[in-house]
Amino acid sequence: MPARTLPLGCSVVLAKDELQTLIDRLRQRGYRTVAPQVADGAIIYDDLDRIDRLPLGMLDEQDGGRYRLRRDANAGYFDYVVGPNSLKNYVFPPREPLLEAQRKDGQWEMQTIEPPAERLAVIGVRSCDLHALAVQDRVFLEGPYVDPAYKARRERLLLVAVNCRRAAATCFCHSMKTGPAVKSGFDLALTELEDSFVVEVGSERGGEILAECDWIPATSQQAQQAQETPRRLARQMAERATAAEEGANRSSAQRSLDTKDIRDLLLGNLEHPRWQEVAERCLACGNCTLVCPTCFCSVVEEVSDLTGDHVTRERSWASCFTADHSYMNSGAVHKSTASRYRQWLTHKLASWIDQFDVSGCVGCGRCITWCPVGIDLTEEVAAIREEA
Amino acid sequence: MTASQSSTSHGPARSTSPWMPHLARIASVKHEAPGIATYRLELEDAALRSTFQFLPGQFNMLYLPGFGESAISISTDPQLRGALGHTIRVAGNVTQALARMKPGAQLGLRGPFGSSWPVEACRGCDLIIACGGVGLAPLRPVIYHVLRHRGDFGRVHLLYGARTPGDLLFTDEYDAWRGGGIEVNVTVDLGDENWQGQIGVVPVLFQRLRLNAPNTRMMTCGPEIMMRFVVHEALTRKMRHEHIYLSMERNMNCALGFCGHCQLGPAFVCKDGPVFTYQQMEPYLNVENF
Repeated sequence: MPARTLPLGCSVVLAKDELQTLIDRLRQRGYRTVAPQVADGAIIYDDLDRIDRLPLGMLDEQDGGRYRLRRDANAGYFDYVVGPNSLKNYVFPPREPLLEAQRKDGQWEMQTIEPPAERLAVIGVRSCDLHALAVQDRVFLEGPYVDPAYKARRERLLLVAVNCRRAAATCFCHSMKTGPAVKSGFDLALTELEDSFVVEVGSERGGEILAECDWIPATSQQAQQAQETPRRLARQMAERATAAEEGANRSSAQRSLDTKDIRDLLLGNLEHPRWQEVAERCLACGNCTLVCPTCFCSVVEEVSDLTGDHVTRERSWASCFTADHSYMNSGAVHKSTASRYRQWLTHKLASWIDQFDVSGCVGCGRCITWCPVGIDLTEEVAAIREEA
Repeated sequence: MTASQSSTSHGPARSTSPWMPHLARIASVKHEAPGIATYRLELEDAALRSTFQFLPGQFNMLYLPGFGESAISISTDPQLRGALGHTIRVAGNVTQALARMKPGAQLGLRGPFGSSWPVEACRGCDLIIACGGVGLAPLRPVIYHVLRHRGDFGRVHLLYGARTPGDLLFTDEYDAWRGGGIEVNVTVDLGDENWQGQIGVVPVLFQRLRLNAPNTRMMTCGPEIMMRFVVHEALTRKMRHEHIYLSMERNMNCALGFCGHCQLGPAFVCKDGPVFTYQQMEPYLNVENF
């Protein structure tokens, strides 16, 4: 008789197609299952119930302003890295109603709107995104106020993480100390080997679900291979980044970010000419803030019917690159693109540390990839550091 | 980085959603100046009405369904229970809609939010209250506090300016304030045929002060440019950075530290402010568009 649960921290082996059983078990327990899949030329998270829809044999090439998919016969289930969306889309959705107000006989009645009570399992989450989730937890759960919608979604979230075997050129988790190894904040963590997955138990419920799959104990060789996978990648990233720094050309090379005294570096250089220089390239489109897994700015707007008697207050993502973001009746505070880029970067890498005791950047590189003009924050920081 | 008394003991109840407004009704509307009126709001819930407390300088989010919310400081005496005064200048969507509402009309209210003027930390000191325009509104609770505890303070100066004599707020109270031991100094940018007083900007009022810098505290609220020059006057007179308190204004959309709009460097103006020391604001106050 198989064990009813697997203990925390233990690692077992699943055959590759046993991933289907894992998904089935999650669904049987009432979880909506979301996993990576190809859509519109990118790998995104969406609902998935069959493993044949996972992007097996797909790789992504990422660089400043560039994202391309290609097939590779040697690639496994999870050898692409991060796509444009992240866990943020699920715990802090782009648009959600918060409150409803109804007027009856001249009297307003108001009630808050609870998010749907569904359990959600996300499969394929990387270490950088787990760190990003922890960063958002600090914003919505750990301050003086708790956001009830975020809290409800967060509590119903189950995470099946993946240890990266490969990094994109835009990845710099090794600099931010947020990866590539998955270390905490997951329910199960997969490491893909040649013909199987090594699965580590990160929570009690993770152990229970895994126990229901057709697992076999890991051999010491498999366990060692699994441990070595993210370590090897970390070494590769560091080596490639060093090589990139020694060479003149940063593009297409492994990114890295020198975080030494970065808070004082950026907040101490608010009048640096580089802000104007980057503003000449920046389109202020806000893509970076949308793809960023930690950016949390939002705006609450009134959605009213024609009578004005039924009003919903809807929260949607906002971006510090718009004039509206800092708008007061006396005008916008951040009047220029330079001041908006400065707000974004100084918040992300500097004042975030004051506010939440952690950097707002997890080194996922999405803002570099999805910037239409390929602005690279690691390059901007390096330029400011050089001419500080 | 709260400048003064923490707001935690005077925040909305934790058990309910921080997004949920309390229902309130307009008890009275008092015209103060062109485009400015004080709305006294009465919470509908009787129990809440008797327990609702705020500190001088804190604000509420007033909610008009279909129009939105607006952050408005409370301008009445924190010691008085009952209606809460909000002195509002008509400026945006919400305040325009509010201006069309009559006594008895219903609206939503969340609060109180934010840090407060450090009236306790200023005990035993001389006090300068320097404000411009509607910036007097969040400082009026301090004036009431001073009047109630006059012996706690040394010399107290109110330095107040408005565009024209007609724009001055709360003029019917100045005599009472003077009678209570506050030196009320008023200036206008532009006088009219009846104006006998000072003409000029608020910093000009410093010229008359005999200031004992080490024992003086200053609280200022008004347009940022005014506060910058007022601070300059205070610093010229050797006041210390940590003895100067400013009430900052940024776009406050949620008041909970979630929406991100009101950031000013490391601070969220809604929850770390609006009241800050100049020591906290000094690195950012003179940076253009920050």
